[in-house]
Amino acid sequence: MALENTQIQDKLIETFNNDVFNFQQERDIFSLEASADTIKPLILFLKNDPELRFHFITDLCGIHYPDNETERQFAVVYHLHNWYENKRLRIKVFLNGEKPEIKSISNIFLSTNWMERETYDFYGINFIGHPQLKRILNMDEMQSFPMRKEFPMEDSGRTDKDDRFFGRTPSNC
Amino acid sequence: MSELLLPPEHRYAKIIKDRLNEDGSELSVLNLGPTHPATHGIFQNILLMDGERILEAEPTIGYIHRAFEKIAENRPFYQITPLTDRMNYCSSPINNMGWWMTLEKLLGIEVPKRVQYLRVIVMELARITDHLICNSILGVDTGAYTGFLYVFQFREKVYEIYEEICGARLTTNMGRIGGFERDWSPEAFKKINTFLEDFPVAWKEFENLFERNRIFLDRTVNVGAISAEQAMAYGFTGPNLRAAGVDYDVRVAQPYSSYEDFDFIVPVGKSGDTYDRFCVRNAEVWESLSIIRQALDKMPAGNEYHAEVPDYYLPPKEDVYNSMESLIYHFKIVMGEVPVPVAEIYHAVEGGNGELGFYLVTDGSRTPYRLHFRRPCFIYYQAYPEMIKGSLLSDAIVILSSLNVIAGELDA
Amino acid sequence: MSDSKVNMVAPPEGVVGEGFFATKLNDVVGLARANSLWPLPFATSCCGIEFMATMASHYDLARFGSERVSFSPRQADMLLVMGTISKKMAPILRQVYEQMSEPRWVIAVGACASSGGVFDTYSVLQGIDKVIPVDVYVPGCPPRPEQIVDGVMRLQELVKSESVRRRSSPEYQELLASYNIS
Repeated sequence: MALENTQIQDKLIETFNNDVFNFQQERDIFSLEASADTIKPLILFLKNDPELRFHFITDLCGIHYPDNETERQFAVVYHLHNWYENKRLRIKVFLNGEKPEIKSISNIFLSTNWMERETYDFYGINFIGHPQLKRILNMDEMQSFPMRKEFPMEDSGRTDKDDRFFGRTPSNC
Repeated sequence: MSELLLPPEHRYAKIIKDRLNEDGSELSVLNLGPTHPATHGIFQNILLMDGERILEAEPTIGYIHRAFEKIAENRPFYQITPLTDRMNYCSSPINNMGWWMTLEKLLGIEVPKRVQYLRVIVMELARITDHLICNSILGVDTGAYTGFLYVFQFREKVYEIYEEICGARLTTNMGRIGGFERDWSPEAFKKINTFLEDFPVAWKEFENLFERNRIFLDRTVNVGAISAEQAMAYGFTGPNLRAAGVDYDVRVAQPYSSYEDFDFIVPVGKSGDTYDRFCVRNAEVWESLSIIRQALDKMPAGNEYHAEVPDYYLPPKEDVYNSMESLIYHFKIVMGEVPVPVAEIYHAVEGGNGELGFYLVTDGSRTPYRLHFRRPCFIYYQAYPEMIKGSLLSDAIVILSSLNVIAGELDA
Repeated sequence: MSDSKVNMVAPPEGVVGEGFFATKLNDVVGLARANSLWPLPFATSCCGIEFMATMASHYDLARFGSERVSFSPRQADMLLVMGTISKKMAPILRQVYEQMSEPRWVIAVGACASSGGVFDTYSVLQGIDKVIPVDVYVPGCPPRPEQIVDGVMRLQELVKSESVRRRSSPEYQELLASYNIS
């Protein structure tokens, strides 16, 4: 018997009450939102529950929403996958823009170790309890978090580009 | 020597000091990479060694971090395909097709059967080249240069097929939303048929060279073994997971591009060691060949090569120059001024190394709001220190090449 | 194969007589250097795969005197930088270049090594000529093996015509000094 959305929803609401909300089927993936504090027990529950069995984490990444209210400026997105029933689940957690932090799940899923480090590297989201939270892709000396929307994509040190030809001067003359 | 490499507060320094007091034997630190001749690609590992044996390893990555995801946030959808090429450059067409399929899922475009079959053919060709590189390089690392030189000729043949389809060799930038940029020429099909005739002979010989080769067996059996549970915990997918005995394959689990029409088996290994990974890749090449044959046989008649989606599919160049309508469409598509729904999409394809996922968040503007690539290499490479623990230094090299870690995909 | 044609490199200009051949030392040294360039492949990404094709049976760079791929910078003449060099990688590239002994030549293979290519981002070095001097640039993303071979042949031309004294000339010292390489 396939795992139904309603079954997941009922089970989660029963266990986590108001900490899980906004259930919806987004195209082919059932998704929900969770509050930051509950993420660790939630993931553990999803992994170990004999019916849900979301035993594989496909992906973990961050998103920056600078235009949202302060409470919802960062998001961490988890993609879980139940291979037995072939069911995917997306969990989105919104975080505070000034102090983005969330519990690490790297001791539940070993594979999230580097994914969390990558998210920290890109967004500066603090994963509490991570064994080695330091930069992974960028240089250790880097100060800013490059994937935040305000950070410019291009190399700031370039001298060979004439800004006028790239529409980057106000008068463009 | 170790002080040059390691700061005194490094945990290895402490281990070395403690061990010295214990029994007088000396541990050493070896810096393997990032430009070590034996590692292909740039991976750095600081190894703590007891003689030839590796006690611990500390990998550093990011040496070709190119900020794909940041670029993707600043580029219209068509301009992101060249980025996907450069991620796993051993099997670029799979990345290209995965990206188009993600967009088609976003836009709700139904692709004609013939296009799906063409895509399957090109993706399986890409899988063959990917596995071919991995396995022949594994041969080089165990001292068999011949196999590499022999089968590499056939990789050139595949590149000729790519050239026939899209004009490029390695970074293909192939296809459009809804299909291909042009119909495949008869020459392309001819080259595929020739390849299907010639390559199996060579691949059989290649296999024979290794499969029961005493030296190769000694170097690979029980080297870098990983159990199925461990592999899953570390997020393994693709051939490396299947070598450990888990038959998870995105092509079967969530068929895309009509993979459900084809009859193929998912080869699995048993012990998850280097030899099993080699054999699984070998077997997958045979399956890929069989899929290509089936796709050619079942190919629907006609010459449809794209879906009818004028909003997203670039019009032919002659029309752009001669008709107003097409010029407008061309302009809109190139500038990225086409309607895009607000949505969150996750699409996965079976890449050369495992589940290659595209997580796309759009806000209706001309660029993605966020595009995250699930890069299989990045996720499973973190198991590498665990896998080489206790093995010999030369085995570490073999394990690395058998994992087929592609630096471009690892560092994004 | 017996029917393959072997092209010998033409001798330099000189005076030929009974039992002797007189020419300039420069030309002889240049000829010898140009036809035994030991490449050091510094392959980081896609272009490295095309270099593999260049070295393998189909294109066979060995025909140009580069049979031995030297992975040690101490024993190499020609540094081929292939692929994106990130800012994290730049110091290592420099270190490799510094370890090479004179005479040394550098080919920047591909758009990324030449100019940063499509990766105009915060993490990518915008061309390796920011950190080390470059002799030949090979365009392409990635260049076809033919282009890489062409790049090597262009370098051979440079090497052939290089004076044996160039490496101790003040101009060359100045060039190195401008990169802070001693």
